[in-house]
Amino acid sequence: MKMSGAQMVCEAINKEGIKYVFGYPGGAIMNVYDEMYKQKGFKHILTRHEQAAVHAADSYARVSGDVGVAMVTSGPGFTNAVTGLATAYMDSIPLVVISGQVPLSLIGTDGFQEVDAVGISRACTKHNYLVRSIKDLPRILKEAFYLARSGRPGPVLVDIPKDITGEMGVFEYPDSVDLPTYKPSYQGNDRQIKKAVEAILKAKKPLLYIGGGSVLSNASNEVRELAKITGIPAVETLMARGVMGHDNPLLIGMPGMHGSYASNMAMSESDLIISLGARFDDRVTGKLSEFAKYADIIHVDIDPANIGKIVDADYPIVGDVKIVVKKMIEKIKDRANPNRYEAWRAILKRYDEIHPLTYEDSNEVIKPQWVIQRVGEILGDKATITSDVGQHQMWAAQFYPFSRPRQWINSGGLGTMGFGLPAAIGAKVANPEKIVVNITGDGSILMNIQELVTASEYNIPVINVMLNNHFLGMVRQWQTFFYEKRYSETDLSYQPEWKKLVEACGGVGYDVTTKEEFDKALNDAIKQNKVAFINVAVDRFENVLPMVPAGGALYNMMLEYKDR
Amino acid sequence: MQKVRRVISVIVQNEAQVLSRVSGLFAGRGYNIDSLTVAPIPDSNMSHMTIVTQGSKRVIEQIIKQLHKLIPVYKVIEHDSMVEKEMVLVKFPINKQINMANIQALFEAYNGGIVNAGEDIIIAMAADESHRITHCIEAAKNFNPIEIVRSGVVAMER
Repeated sequence: MKMSGAQMVCEAINKEGIKYVFGYPGGAIMNVYDEMYKQKGFKHILTRHEQAAVHAADSYARVSGDVGVAMVTSGPGFTNAVTGLATAYMDSIPLVVISGQVPLSLIGTDGFQEVDAVGISRACTKHNYLVRSIKDLPRILKEAFYLARSGRPGPVLVDIPKDITGEMGVFEYPDSVDLPTYKPSYQGNDRQIKKAVEAILKAKKPLLYIGGGSVLSNASNEVRELAKITGIPAVETLMARGVMGHDNPLLIGMPGMHGSYASNMAMSESDLIISLGARFDDRVTGKLSEFAKYADIIHVDIDPANIGKIVDADYPIVGDVKIVVKKMIEKIKDRANPNRYEAWRAILKRYDEIHPLTYEDSNEVIKPQWVIQRVGEILGDKATITSDVGQHQMWAAQFYPFSRPRQWINSGGLGTMGFGLPAAIGAKVANPEKIVVNITGDGSILMNIQELVTASEYNIPVINVMLNNHFLGMVRQWQTFFYEKRYSETDLSYQPEWKKLVEACGGVGYDVTTKEEFDKALNDAIKQNKVAFINVAVDRFENVLPMVPAGGALYNMMLEYKDR
Repeated sequence: MQKVRRVISVIVQNEAQVLSRVSGLFAGRGYNIDSLTVAPIPDSNMSHMTIVTQGSKRVIEQIIKQLHKLIPVYKVIEHDSMVEKEMVLVKFPINKQINMANIQALFEAYNGGIVNAGEDIIIAMAADESHRITHCIEAAKNFNPIEIVRSGVVAMER
């Protein structure tokens, strides 16, 4: 069928079954926006900044499990999208970003709004394309979606010069993709799996170390099953919160810099770490030479480059977590004895009793951890929780009772402030049944505050809960601990009038200073069905604890900090 | 960890940006490139890159895996038993002090000879293993070379 390049873009998005595209128009992408106006397939959501468009599409992908799509124009449109690409890249999120480019004849001439998009995005995309001929466009679009969602997922950029979207060509959308240079392995090597199972049966202190890959491969049920039939305790990384479910007796907690005492001791004392889609991030391992000194490592990952990158794996298994864990269950189910690890579980339980994840509550001032717990008590499984980056993010990861995967949406790898609000929009669009709460801070929220307007315009009722300590809290915490309290540029006492701000953007605002006010505000916000913004004044100097200082060993946790 | 020298062949799809993807990977992840050569493979849509690099065992393993991850990379060969050749061109002035026969003899010892002679310069060529090319250049310095150009390594598994 003959059609324009712009039509091809719209057709491809519709053929891929994409229901929502997030974006922002501009000169070089106008042809596509013109076709979009005429077509009746996907809906477009106009964010107020390109970065937010990519974050929203990213979050849509995280919640739905499908590919997110964002569309931006050339030059500044694209460069604004780069942070979004890098965020998705670090967390392996399937995303297709379509950017306009100056016409072919202008490329390389420093044309108006020209920037080398493929050059800039090379290091933060799984793959990228500059389309040089209309003949290649259908194939490239198909490949982009395929690459984004297959193997280790990731963002793919398709940069399309304006003359190509305006040109007519033949559109035959391929049914399948055959890339001789790209063959991800899903199955896992049977012999390795067998060896790993034998190692599990021999271990005395095995530990499931569950990472974001378990979410990406929809392996939650299988992972829970493996834990249940073997009786092996589990820790969940920041990216895997919800995989085991908060009330699962085998869940120890989150390991790492702000992980629980029991989780970090479990890592340190285990004799067999079974890594399922985790990548031994520096925030998890702490000082490498002291990390998991007594453990053999079973490393299951779809990306061979993750295996042996940070720690040597004794049982490397390249494959999809869901498939590999299924095979493990098959091989182990008749031989596993959950009682075998009872002593080990008792040790970990004791650790948790000695140093539980906790905080000192107060009647004078709201503690940020209390807010998270309270949201959890009121909404629990009914909510999807997004977050920005900083102290509030860690408290949310520590104290919210996540009961399922894809309930907790945050920028783990890149740590992108400003992610939360656009992510909340994407999350609500992807799963409107759930109430969406964005846990944010007074630093992060202002980095994409303009999206209040987007949420209001499209009537996407997301509830922002801002833990307001009038500080760039996490940096302030480091300054307290490691920089002799020199609070260089972290005091955020000068603030907008939040209630007015959110009301000016079409939402409803609450200023909260007591627990009673918070309950009232949250319950009212849930009823309002509007963009809501709860500004919670919390203890200014509360710290995220426990803490493994950067470069320290996991078992050397700072459990408390007394100096007010 | 001890650094080792490795010669790696990368078979890539011959398409735009593929060189920048490979060299960008090395730059972005802080790997060394001692030399890099690339040319199309005859009668195919692929190109052959030969990269000489150094690093610890872990780094070399990462380099191989990261190269594999690049979408247009078809094959990565970490050479073990290989034939390795590099070429060098050296330009000398012609004057009374220069003994052309000695230059000729030197370069013949390294699989080469004089490949161009002009009014006031000659150009000699040698093709040999990398470390031998280094020796050849050391020896050639006795003849006051004006310019030295090394090609970088090409390699083929035996």
